Amino acid sequence: MNAVVGRREYADGPVATGKMMQPAAEHKGCRTSANTGHASCGSRAGQGDLPTGIWEKVKNHPCYSEEAHHHYARMHVAVAPACNIQCNYCNRKYDCANESRPGVVSEKLTPEQAVRKVLAVASTIPQMTVLGIAGPGDPLANPEKTFRTFDLVAKAAPDIKLCLSTNGLALPDHIDTIVKSRIEHVTITINMIDPEIGAKIYPWIFFNHKRYTGIDAARILADRQLQGLEMLGERGILCKVNSVMIPQINDHHLVEVNKAVKSRGAFLHNIMPLISAPQYGTVFGLNGQRCPTAQQLKVLQDACEGEIAMMRHCRQCRADAVGLLGEDRSAEFTIGQVMKMDVKYDLEMRKAYQDRVEDERAAKVTAYQDGLAKFTGEMSEITLLVAVATKGSGLINEHFGHAKEFQVYELSTSGVKFVGHRRVDVYCQDGHGEEDRLSTIIRGIDDCHAVFVAKIGGCPKSNLIKTGIEPVDQYAHEYIEKSASAWFRSYLDRVKSGEIQHAKRGDAAIRQGALISAA
Amino acid sequence: MPFKIIASQCTSCSACEPLCPNVAISEKAGGFVIEPAKCTECIGYFEEPQCVAACPVDGTCVIDTSWPPYQAQA
Ligand code: SF4
Ligand code: SF4
Ligand code: SF4
Repeated sequence: MNAVVGRREYADGPVATGKMMQPAAEHKGCRTSANTGHASCGSRAGQGDLPTGIWEKVKNHPCYSEEAHHHYARMHVAVAPACNIQCNYCNRKYDCANESRPGVVSEKLTPEQAVRKVLAVASTIPQMTVLGIAGPGDPLANPEKTFRTFDLVAKAAPDIKLCLSTNGLALPDHIDTIVKSRIEHVTITINMIDPEIGAKIYPWIFFNHKRYTGIDAARILADRQLQGLEMLGERGILCKVNSVMIPQINDHHLVEVNKAVKSRGAFLHNIMPLISAPQYGTVFGLNGQRCPTAQQLKVLQDACEGEIAMMRHCRQCRADAVGLLGEDRSAEFTIGQVMKMDVKYDLEMRKAYQDRVEDERAAKVTAYQDGLAKFTGEMSEITLLVAVATKGSGLINEHFGHAKEFQVYELSTSGVKFVGHRRVDVYCQDGHGEEDRLSTIIRGIDDCHAVFVAKIGGCPKSNLIKTGIEPVDQYAHEYIEKSASAWFRSYLDRVKSGEIQHAKRGDAAIRQGALISAA
Repeated sequence: MPFKIIASQCTSCSACEPLCPNVAISEKAGGFVIEPAKCTECIGYFEEPQCVAACPVDGTCVIDTSWPPYQAQA
């Protein structure tokens, strides 16, 4: 907290003077009181100890509820290209259709085009429940376009939740408009509360008609971010904080950031790995700044987990992404295609579809609880990770060769807990698996003991076994959590009987570089 | 001397456009341009030329030396 207290002493001029150190909001993130004792973001479908008003806001939001992200989709519209700060991890010049990364878009839309696109997607993908504006650039550096888009969407598609992502610099100036626009969720990217650290991340900001650099810039930014966060809380708007983990710059400091945002009532904290491959041309990329490994990221997320839920299923999406998290259907909805589509916005059809989704979710929860009941009374020190190939709905329903990512679960006798996902190169292209792809997939899940798939070919199977990762296809098309706990049980039995020996596995690399689409 | 935008460097991010106190900046053929006769170098409005201070690509909004300084014109 010292950094915060120290910083207050400089608080004059344009910086925030709002009261700091507010008591934490009464809700405790989306942790549920499930009998596992694990704090995890909505990994159960139940309301848990969340107040009903908040539960209503998060239960169908794929980013605010890990469990909901198996069932509900989001879309972003890119209407806001201008930005008011410069980040060393961002290069706004870069644009590539195959790339999934914040800031990347293929086309910028006017508010009117954006609404048309929202209606087209909502009619085609009835489980699309959330519209976000997340740049490229900062939506609040383009307030007219951003709020005009939200207003038009709120009128045309009243059931869609509105979401805004911002760097926070202009946030305190727009709070009233945010409330008026019926925006229920705001994400602020906060990478530091200590301006010394901030100066290494942000070369400059543009504020009050001036360019500020170095520590001055970072101090103003941090003050405005925390002030904006408090103001949102006072108005009952749920706020998620995104932080980019930059090794040796803010990795340890993010524990402090976590405490600071927690005490100001943030609902969810999303710590994401830095993306810094040199080909993106960012300052960090060109400087050779490295990104964290999967285990480093997990250790930090685990260290921050407490009363505030940690988001671990963020896909660092494009600013024009469409679909379930982890899939991107934006190519189906270019403005050219959207203009040609015959769009009928049918609220009833959407509602009926979503009711069916709710039935599926409920079935999954029951299945999980059944599986969990079998563990009661059993104790073991063993904790391990497994990877799962899934297309959504909470099922093991993807072929190993078609998986663009694996979801990673931590298994222990206290339950099955989602801890992240790993993007990989698709193994099967044109029906052939490729060996160098297999080795990059293995690098991506090398900390896992098993990989659950709907189907897998003989060759990758034997290679996985050689590596020490057990391919498991006997639970094809069954629920993830239930299957994982059943497998874990048999694993423990095998260890007990001496049939296998439990050994720790290594670390895994976070996939950088272009997403090679299977489609 | 008014400012000009080096077209090949402009990313069309539009950050400069709404900031100009003289509405001298507009979009043309996918990029942004400054109308030199309208640019006052922000003198009389702000301490810094707004287009220069806000542009993410350094060296893109630059002085156009083919024009006389704004104050000499006045
Ligand atoms: S970037 Fe993360 S928080 Fe944003 S839509 Fe994608 S998954 Fe959700
Ligand atoms: S220097 Fe000022 S007046 Fe001239 S174009 Fe830039 S913003 Fe406009
Ligand atoms: S701010 Fe710079 S890059 Fe952006 S539109 Fe203006 S001149 Fe172009």
